[in-house]
Amino acid sequence: MDGSRIVVEIGESVLGRNAELAALHRKRFQESGLRVLNIVSSPGSGKTALLERTLTDLRDRLRIGVIVGDLQTDNDARRLQGKGAPVVQVTTGGYCHLDAGMVARAMEAMDLRPLQMLIIENVGNLVCPASYDLGETARVVLVSVTEGEDKPLKYPVIFERADAAVITKIDIAEAVGADMEALRRNIQQVAPRALLLELSSRSGQGMEAWYRYLEGLAA
Amino acid sequence: MHEVSIMQSALEIAIERAQRMGAHSISALGLRVGELSGVVPDALEFAFEALKQDTPAQSAKLVVETVPLVLYCSACDREFTPDGYWYECPTCHNRRTEIRQGRELDVTYVELSLERH
Repeated sequence: MDGSRIVVEIGESVLGRNAELAALHRKRFQESGLRVLNIVSSPGSGKTALLERTLTDLRDRLRIGVIVGDLQTDNDARRLQGKGAPVVQVTTGGYCHLDAGMVARAMEAMDLRPLQMLIIENVGNLVCPASYDLGETARVVLVSVTEGEDKPLKYPVIFERADAAVITKIDIAEAVGADMEALRRNIQQVAPRALLLELSSRSGQGMEAWYRYLEGLAA
Repeated sequence: MHEVSIMQSALEIAIERAQRMGAHSISALGLRVGELSGVVPDALEFAFEALKQDTPAQSAKLVVETVPLVLYCSACDREFTPDGYWYECPTCHNRRTEIRQGRELDVTYVELSLERH
């Protein structure tokens, strides 16, 4: 029955619809001067801890709003409440990443006009969020000293697109025997364009450089 | 496992095209998957087998073409295929190389059956 079969060329990106929506977000952010961060990492790298401290410390320096993505629960949003910043939780209901549509719906629940910066805490996952553009100004990837120096080499796709790479929990680096030189080298290998920062949300070490980075983006 | 959502989008694109062409069913679906797309071809295949049931693509085969990573060094004006995910130019050691190929995640074609048989 070959005569009844035809091949039709398509040549369309599978993520084309997400890309179109992300481009709309990006245009809107640029026009309004809002800077948007997409923070990605494994579960437990310290995304929420970093945001808790950042919202507290920058309360009078930067007007920040937060969108938090999780598979289930609003625990992270609750941790971030009461620090002077609006927080919207997106529960993805099992999806392993945020996409531009989920961000659109979350933004409807937040007044963006007074904000200088919107920080999106993505679902803890180093694979899937890499494929979804959210329209962000900058993508930040976190890796903690407890995760093993070769983590960046195992998840190169998410690192390659990062604008900043942040090593977290440096206060316990020595205790867990982290090889910081190897970790830095591996990050630079897979994320050659990324700004490298090192900090501890608990001890406060390195936080000021992170704040200067955020303020630089918002300037 | 975002391959399920990726495959769902790819299937929607294919089914929409089949309907517009007045096709009875889809016999093949071609995808191009770049090495740096973040998608695993085996997981796509698995998702495809599950998602195609009860759709016009239920007897279709999935044909995945993988696209290797190709980088370009502007200083040397040459393209190269890196060994692993090493973005440095092997000649001049410039790290600011450009990705020329490897991010693809495209539906390339559908093969359609126009008649019931």
